[in-house]
Amino acid sequence: MRDITKAFNGTFANKNINLHVSSGEVLGLLGENGAGKTTLMNILYGLYRPDSGSVLINGEDVRIRNPHESMNLGIGMIHQHFMLVDNHSVLENIALGFPDSPFFFPDRFIRKKINTFSEKYGLYIDPDKQIWELSAGEQQRVEILKALFLESDLLIMDEPTSVLTPQESIDLFSIIRRMKDEGHSVILISHKLDEIMANCSRVTVLRKGETVGDSAISDVDERSLSRMMVGRDIILTFEKKPLPRGKEVLNVENLHVISDRGLETVNNVSFTVHENEIFGIAGVSGNGQRELIETITGLRKARSGNVSLFGSSILNKSPRVINNRGVTHVPEERIRFGIVPNLLIYENAVLKHHHSHPFSSIMFLDYEAVKGHAKDIIEKFSVSAPSINVPMKSLSGGNIQKLIVGREINNKPPLLVASHPTYGLDVGATEYIRKQLLQRREEGGAVLIVSEDLEELVGLCDRVGVMFKGRFTGIVDPSTTRLEDIGLLMTGIEAGEDS
Amino acid sequence: MDIAILLAVLKRTLIAGTPLLLGTLGEIIAERSGVMNLGVEGMMSVGAVTGFIVTFTSGNPYLGMISAVIVTAAFSQIHAIVSISLQANQVVSGLALSMLGIGISVLWGKPYIGRPLHSKFGEISIPFLSDIPFIGELIFNQTLFFYLALIIGFIAWFMLYKTRPGIALRSVGENPKASEAQGISVVLYRYIAVGIGGALAGLAGCHLSISYSKSWIEGIVAGRGWIVIALTIFAAWNPAKAFMGAFLFGGIFVLQYLLQPLGISPSILAMLPYVTTLIVLILFAIGKESRKKLHAPAMLGEMYRRGER
Repeated sequence: MRDITKAFNGTFANKNINLHVSSGEVLGLLGENGAGKTTLMNILYGLYRPDSGSVLINGEDVRIRNPHESMNLGIGMIHQHFMLVDNHSVLENIALGFPDSPFFFPDRFIRKKINTFSEKYGLYIDPDKQIWELSAGEQQRVEILKALFLESDLLIMDEPTSVLTPQESIDLFSIIRRMKDEGHSVILISHKLDEIMANCSRVTVLRKGETVGDSAISDVDERSLSRMMVGRDIILTFEKKPLPRGKEVLNVENLHVISDRGLETVNNVSFTVHENEIFGIAGVSGNGQRELIETITGLRKARSGNVSLFGSSILNKSPRVINNRGVTHVPEERIRFGIVPNLLIYENAVLKHHHSHPFSSIMFLDYEAVKGHAKDIIEKFSVSAPSINVPMKSLSGGNIQKLIVGREINNKPPLLVASHPTYGLDVGATEYIRKQLLQRREEGGAVLIVSEDLEELVGLCDRVGVMFKGRFTGIVDPSTTRLEDIGLLMTGIEAGEDS
Repeated sequence: MDIAILLAVLKRTLIAGTPLLLGTLGEIIAERSGVMNLGVEGMMSVGAVTGFIVTFTSGNPYLGMISAVIVTAAFSQIHAIVSISLQANQVVSGLALSMLGIGISVLWGKPYIGRPLHSKFGEISIPFLSDIPFIGELIFNQTLFFYLALIIGFIAWFMLYKTRPGIALRSVGENPKASEAQGISVVLYRYIAVGIGGALAGLAGCHLSISYSKSWIEGIVAGRGWIVIALTIFAAWNPAKAFMGAFLFGGIFVLQYLLQPLGISPSILAMLPYVTTLIVLILFAIGKESRKKLHAPAMLGEMYRRGER
């Protein structure tokens, strides 16, 4: 790819980027969120058209107008958010993208072929299951199978491990190695330095839409890569001052919650969160964390138990009442629940407060106050945005999250609830968000975080409750507990059982 | 009840259900691609008037049927252009199409009001099968439309679930972005699906004017287009289930004539199909069933723009 340039709403996502991949090579594409990695790959895959620049394949200048053409050129892409039809089976999903499958009864043909690939690459999957029944790792295997069906010479993987468990990631990289041995090339997009170091032979680094580095993996180390990526050294350790625990803010007692499917997902959970404290909830996702948080923030009704804030019950109150009492929420799926993508930035910046003074009086919005507030948040929480008058969806994930955190934290709420606050964010944004959470703690706020990132929880939290199948298998002090012990609690083995 | 009366009632039920089935199949195909077309009432009206005029002037009902299909398919493309290419709201565009279609049928049909059709669709007896007692007369001694509806229903089911284009069509309605990433042209599939929907609505419409009633009456479609939309939900977007719903509602149309001798006001009886539609929809909605459980295409009614992030 030569001199690729692409702009969205006047901001350059890519500016004169050069990139090349040789056959049988795993190229790492590294960069922060919003550095333009995904945009560049979408251009290569034909989803976007570049404003200028050219793409050469095997030395030939090609114009890729749509994914169909890129597939014909042997380019396959696995998107960060899987491109699968949830309500369809594995077979149907593969048949969809495979033009050589027969017109009638394509499932029979696909089933046979899946078996051969399964053995060759160690990709095992039940072809009759529907996508929504599969785990993230299995869904990714379906994506890889789709690419293999098309005999892709070049496979682009956009942050493939961001949704996987550690074991699934190891499986994935062994699959990638087998593909490499078969002569396939892979572009691995990631902001996890260790993955790039361990699995790539070459690395290209992007920063703010420009190429800032391109070298063999043997010539770089994690430190120099992170400097290239962020433009400065980053502190990956946490500076947490020892603080005495303040008075109790949140008290959850014997809470029972039913999930959408009618099963008991939160089973007799009790804990407290205090001022000057960050309380973490660890656990593999799907063990009731989401339902617990939804109940505390008023999005879901509990079956029994109690949730109280400063001693008065907020159980089953409406989200607005709970919010007004001083509980703010940074939700799990930030694009779906944290913002309104099509509204402008300044409109998003006052969500939840738009109805109250000073942003509205009687029935009219005071746009001056709203815009002033938005500018304030953008400045205070270093959100990088072209202006406050663009739709929210034009921001990158990291900047969206900074704005949400800014919006929720700006009024210094007594209790901040944050679900997966740094999920999918790059190093710089992660560091920034974590600092904000710690600062909130120092100012006397109570913070409740849910995360799957154990290192994050151990680094930030004063106490960590570990959830497994809806129960707390333990509440531990991370400074005196080994990471492995927390890991064991996450699999349901309760502390003290073996000692 | 006399066996002959029962046979007549059941036969009328199948005949009355035929246009509903045809229309529902068309709407299922369109909605499976993600395009909600509320213009069925208008499309059926256009099909009805076109079929009638061509049959009346040419004297050939087959020619009438074919022109109704072609004209209505073309007419449906107005909705396709507005909602797919121009990205307008599908509900508004569909409603507009309904009003336009009804208007066109009134305008074109004016000179033909009350004039009977001389050449009409006769019943076709299937050799041997029509000799079976009761069943033979009921199912194998029907008009071409009835057979067409059965065949098209089977083909639609087979195409949707057992062929590659069927998988692609359903995927386009479920997740257009993923389909586009697989090299499927979302726009092309949606245009074709809306076109097929139009063609079948046209067929349903001309059944009313050149086979069911055989003369031109203003407002001949009489709300059947709206019932089709309800039936599409009732059938859970599955052609196989459309059969049951369509013939059930066909039965309700016939019920009107059965209950008339009991002294119930004909105006109240005429309300039956529409009241039933409402009741069915309400029962469906309060049945605690979410959209997903109903198997509605996930992206039904949502517009899709390429290259948006």
